[in-house]
Amino acid sequence: MDVFLFIPCFVDQLFPQVGIATVKILQELNCRVIYPEQQTCCGQPAFNTGYQKEAAQLASRFIEIFKDAEYVVAPSGSCAAMIKNFYGELNLPGSSGKDWQNLRNKIYELSDFLTSVLHVEKWDGHFPARVTYHDSCHTLRELHVKDQPRLLLQSIAGVELIEMENAETCCGFGGTFSVKFPLISTAMVQNKVNWIQQSGAEIVVSTDSSCLMNIDGYLQKQKIPLPDRRHTRSMHLAEILWQSKENLRKKSV
Amino acid sequence: MIPLTKEFKKDLPRHLRNETVRKNISKALDLSIKKRNEAVAEVADWEELREKANRIKRQIIDNLYDNLNAFEKNARKNGVEVFRAANASEANSIAEEIATRHAANLIVKSKSMVSEEIGFNDYMIAKGFEVVETDLGEFIIQLANETPSHLIGPAIHKSIPEIAQLFAEKLGIPYSEDPKILTETARKILRQKFLKADMGVTGANFGIVENGGIAIVENEGNGRMCFTLPKVHLALIGMERLIPAVDDLAIFLTLLCRSATGQRLSSYVAMLTGPRLTEFFDGPKKSYYILIDNKRSSFLKDDNLKQALYCIRCSACYNVCPVYQNIGGHAYGWVYQGPIGAAITPQFLGLENARDLPFASSLCGACSDVCPVKIPLHHLLWYQRSRIVKELKPPKFEKIILNEFNKVAQSADRFQKMGKIARVIQKIIPDKLYARGWTASRKLPGIAESSFHDWWSERLVKKNHHD
Repeated sequence: MDVFLFIPCFVDQLFPQVGIATVKILQELNCRVIYPEQQTCCGQPAFNTGYQKEAAQLASRFIEIFKDAEYVVAPSGSCAAMIKNFYGELNLPGSSGKDWQNLRNKIYELSDFLTSVLHVEKWDGHFPARVTYHDSCHTLRELHVKDQPRLLLQSIAGVELIEMENAETCCGFGGTFSVKFPLISTAMVQNKVNWIQQSGAEIVVSTDSSCLMNIDGYLQKQKIPLPDRRHTRSMHLAEILWQSKENLRKKSV
Repeated sequence: MIPLTKEFKKDLPRHLRNETVRKNISKALDLSIKKRNEAVAEVADWEELREKANRIKRQIIDNLYDNLNAFEKNARKNGVEVFRAANASEANSIAEEIATRHAANLIVKSKSMVSEEIGFNDYMIAKGFEVVETDLGEFIIQLANETPSHLIGPAIHKSIPEIAQLFAEKLGIPYSEDPKILTETARKILRQKFLKADMGVTGANFGIVENGGIAIVENEGNGRMCFTLPKVHLALIGMERLIPAVDDLAIFLTLLCRSATGQRLSSYVAMLTGPRLTEFFDGPKKSYYILIDNKRSSFLKDDNLKQALYCIRCSACYNVCPVYQNIGGHAYGWVYQGPIGAAITPQFLGLENARDLPFASSLCGACSDVCPVKIPLHHLLWYQRSRIVKELKPPKFEKIILNEFNKVAQSADRFQKMGKIARVIQKIIPDKLYARGWTASRKLPGIAESSFHDWWSERLVKKNHHD
């Protein structure tokens, strides 16, 4: 199966390991991964800040690059939602608009693709840890992906999946929101981190590196230890999936 | 006077620092959300009801002027005297004229957001009338000389000890934190006011087009005292509050009560169709409606914004909003708060005067998910952002950054080159300089040693070499 890979711009620059893990996961499942090298940004930062025209330029560019794909997979619910849903607000011109109608049904967030298209029910891996899952707003409310990542996590040997309180509440990132209103954003991430820590999890997992950048940034700066003196850290779903696979290999060697 | 909404950003630290208020609010909201979710779970066809309500409101709003005419005609048939007010000052003058006509020195009032919107109390009190709020929350707020901080629970930001203190000071009772004693005190005072009042003023949850009546939903019974005891009843009605028929209440009451308070039905639901008939003993002798436009017509001209007129003021979007939960209602600076407030206030007060509000949201979408009439709230917030960028001058620095980024992102080569430059720069310039607010509480991740793009192309080179 040919899978076009969409690596969001900030994942490309800040979290390349998430993209690399995604490639390895897809290849492990016998997908031929195609990464169109012209890709840059889907336009979400401009969109989010209210710059419709600028967002539309990047949207048209993105559509042009990916329009022939059978499947597009992204390790980000937020950027996938940008294309699937928010492009609809941009009044894209003629052919772009038509291509988008076609493309929007082919784009998947990673966990959704693994479970819904590749029908992965169990992920063979090993990762002994207490893990909690943070619902990224766009993954949950724009793509309606809630059970898929949990199902994958739970199937990893050694993972103890703990539900935190208010898993569905926003972490306070929100793109430009966290830049324009750092105080509100901080109050929100403070709450989120409290819930994560109260769950007792050592690792918080999500489908979006942007949420994790926010949560982990707060965890690292505040350095709040768990009762057992361990520190909570964050992992993208792709990272924990791939890491658990490597762990299993090392174990069996 | 500078509207408080204009000072939103400046005032934020004050609101966020207020731990007491934050605690009071989040405790109350947690309970509201829990009760709401339980009540909604009982309704198997909740999603269908939302769809239906959305459709009904769309029909009403798309033909609002016709519906208003029909509503008015039917109300007149019932003997109601109906006025239209184009704006707040018109509405207030009409109310003043009515009160003067009936020598209504004492006015009792039940909760009405549109009355807050037009500044009814301040206006009437300045003209020499005594206006008494009779909803317990509003009574507290009036006593404290504050404004409501929530649609349903106007005093939600106040703790019991604060209320106890207020009652002791203003009403001269011994300090008590017993809610029963506090309520009893308010009740005693209000009972006298109800009996002496010359005019009762209410809002209307719904105006019913087919019979010209209005429905009022409440929990304390103060509303019905307002429209049954005084000789004169005046209803202030936002002109968008119409539904087609009595039968539609089945849908709207289910959605409203469960969304607002998690009740299957509120304690009192009244339907009023005008002054008392001669054969009856109670009810007002004279009934008035003031149908208030006050910028609502301007919403109608915009296909996106007109959906905001579907709102039934249930407050579910406030309750689930993580921004509202942290900053509270007063931070928004005006009568409508939370996600719906952030979306509509720029229309009421002018884009310029509320330009920060639509940006004060992470666009998490929790509001749109709970809205009982399916207003796409977070899309409206985005839409307002785009209008603000288009119609007002956006911050220069922001515009430059976004434009430059756009230019760079037009080519993968340029984008990767920029990444390489940033990688070097980040080692020289401390992140405090470019992300001050952000990094005050958070560590910013650095740009990686090599990008995914680099990894991929190197891998391709190796692979080709290998082949």
